[in-house]
Amino acid sequence: MKQTRLMRNIYLGVENLLLHKLRSFLTMLGIVFGVGSVVAMLSVGEGASKEALDQIRKLGSNNIIISSVKSVEEESASNVRTHMSIYGLTYEDFRRISESFKDVQKTAPVKIIRKESRLGERMLELRVVGTTATWFELVPRAVIAGRVLTALDVEKNSPVAILTEFGARKLLATENTIGQTLQIGGDRFEIVGIVQSESGEAGNIQIPDQQVDAYIPIEVARKYFGDIFTRRSSGSFEREKVELHQVILQIDSVDHVEPTAAAVETMLERFHDKKDYRISVPLALLRQAEATKRRFNIVLGSIAGISLLVGGIGIMNIMLASVTERTREIGIRRAIGAKRRQIIYQFLIETVVLSTTGGLIGLGLGVLIPFLITIISGMATVLTLWGILLPLLISMMVGILFGLYPAIHAAKVDPIVALRHE
Amino acid sequence: MADTSVQTDSRNHEMIRLVEARKIYTMGRQEVRALAGVTITFLKGSFWAIMGPSGSGKSTMMNILGCLDRLTDGQYYFDGRDISTLGDDALSELRLRRLGFIFQSFNLIPQLTVQKNIELPLYYLGWEDEDSAARARVLAEEVGLADRLQHRPTELSGGQMQRVAIARALANDPQIIFADEPTGNLDTKTGLQILELLQKLHGEGKTIIMVTHEPDIASYAQIQLHMRDGLVERIDGQEGL
Repeated sequence: MKQTRLMRNIYLGVENLLLHKLRSFLTMLGIVFGVGSVVAMLSVGEGASKEALDQIRKLGSNNIIISSVKSVEEESASNVRTHMSIYGLTYEDFRRISESFKDVQKTAPVKIIRKESRLGERMLELRVVGTTATWFELVPRAVIAGRVLTALDVEKNSPVAILTEFGARKLLATENTIGQTLQIGGDRFEIVGIVQSESGEAGNIQIPDQQVDAYIPIEVARKYFGDIFTRRSSGSFEREKVELHQVILQIDSVDHVEPTAAAVETMLERFHDKKDYRISVPLALLRQAEATKRRFNIVLGSIAGISLLVGGIGIMNIMLASVTERTREIGIRRAIGAKRRQIIYQFLIETVVLSTTGGLIGLGLGVLIPFLITIISGMATVLTLWGILLPLLISMMVGILFGLYPAIHAAKVDPIVALRHE
Repeated sequence: MADTSVQTDSRNHEMIRLVEARKIYTMGRQEVRALAGVTITFLKGSFWAIMGPSGSGKSTMMNILGCLDRLTDGQYYFDGRDISTLGDDALSELRLRRLGFIFQSFNLIPQLTVQKNIELPLYYLGWEDEDSAARARVLAEEVGLADRLQHRPTELSGGQMQRVAIARALANDPQIIFADEPTGNLDTKTGLQILELLQKLHGEGKTIIMVTHEPDIASYAQIQLHMRDGLVERIDGQEGL
């Protein structure tokens, strides 16, 4: 009974609004665009932050990544022609880190070499990473074909290479390539596997396997290629001596990640007189990204609030005009015996119907836009239930909030004056 | 003892009683005494015409009697109950359950169909859809508009519109019908039809209070109340009762 009465009131409200289709539609536009933009922005924002968070998670929230960086002093000194920069993590650092901390479960060293390489007829420069079998435990990637590095490979210094998807694509390698010989620099390696690779960046740290073409055992890399690299740039030679480019640590629990990172830093500070390393903690990045997301949501919320406010004022304006226009109708209803609150109810329902309809249309728009964005730009967008319900709920609230004043205004109409109103 | 019984009897017949009723408006700085102390009794089942020149207070009288306005001073007894101090909601309730209104300019709601207009009081009374639709049909038949239920007021002639208004005024089965210049916007012939309809309702036992300034129209009522300067000047036709 109560239900049908509400339905009838809503139906009457709709009927009244349909009497002025264009006006009702124009009135709704504010809410339509308000809700539409909120839903669209939320889903684009949600998509972007989800992408960033996923990337960070790919780095492993239990991991710490220490990278070698050229210190500022070295950077300026390297302008001198014959200078050789010596910087970065050393084999000794790696040994110390691996042995000194009880919370460090696994460690993997990374040595990056750029070498002219050849597979069959194809010849190009590859980025080769020398590492241990542990790498594949810390940065788990699906094996496409063959196998990954094993402890035995490392122990025996076997000249084997594992290609990444990137590398395989560059070299036009397929599953059938496994067992063939890859020439790196002047040395020959047997290709034993192909693994999947991840792309993109996470915050300001690169994913460890980004742009890696192949993996080889670290001792092999050290023996064959040494620690000194020569790079030709703009007519001058640049020589660098870097023992290890990266060290990845896995910590036993999330709680120990940040204390360990601090301890590692203290230790490195003692043995390095220049700051030629950088410690990245994906967990910290994750926290940072989440904080950024929260801030982003606050900004979005404010924009949404403003647009809905403007929409609400538009509705209020039209409803006030409508009340004036329908003064006589209000008078008739009051004379017949309608109470003030029934008049309020009638106008409030009209406003809520108007704003909620606007909200629904806006929702449609807000779902369609991210969908189109995904199709056109390939950007990820995520529609959450929260992102749909909240704007809808708010549009309803806007209706009540901005409908209340015109409705009360309507109820104050004096029936005697209203009946004389032309 | 006999005296008391007569009084009880007369109280039972009494519909409305005003005692020293005053209504004072302030227009700008000036006080307008629209009702200057009226004491009068309207019996149940009577048919009144309130007459008087403009400014005589007949419209104010109508608004007060119709519970659309409240007295500044004095008492208003409706069916034996003092309603002069009732609030807005209670007066609305009284209008809804006991009163019916007919206006000079018909006052139908243009966006509603004839049926919905007739159903309006029933809607506020909380009737179910089917019940009020059935009642609207009966009433439309009574005023001879059964075939116009789905029309809009704008598609009707003046006489037809006034008949819809009468049907609407009857929807809640009121005790009193107030008619404010009901023939004012109609030609003589249709005006007569409306008056005949009111007489018929009077015959059925309704109390009718009509405001008019035309003596011809007023003569259709049983009693003519002449007002001047916010006071009752003369009452004609009451002797016969």
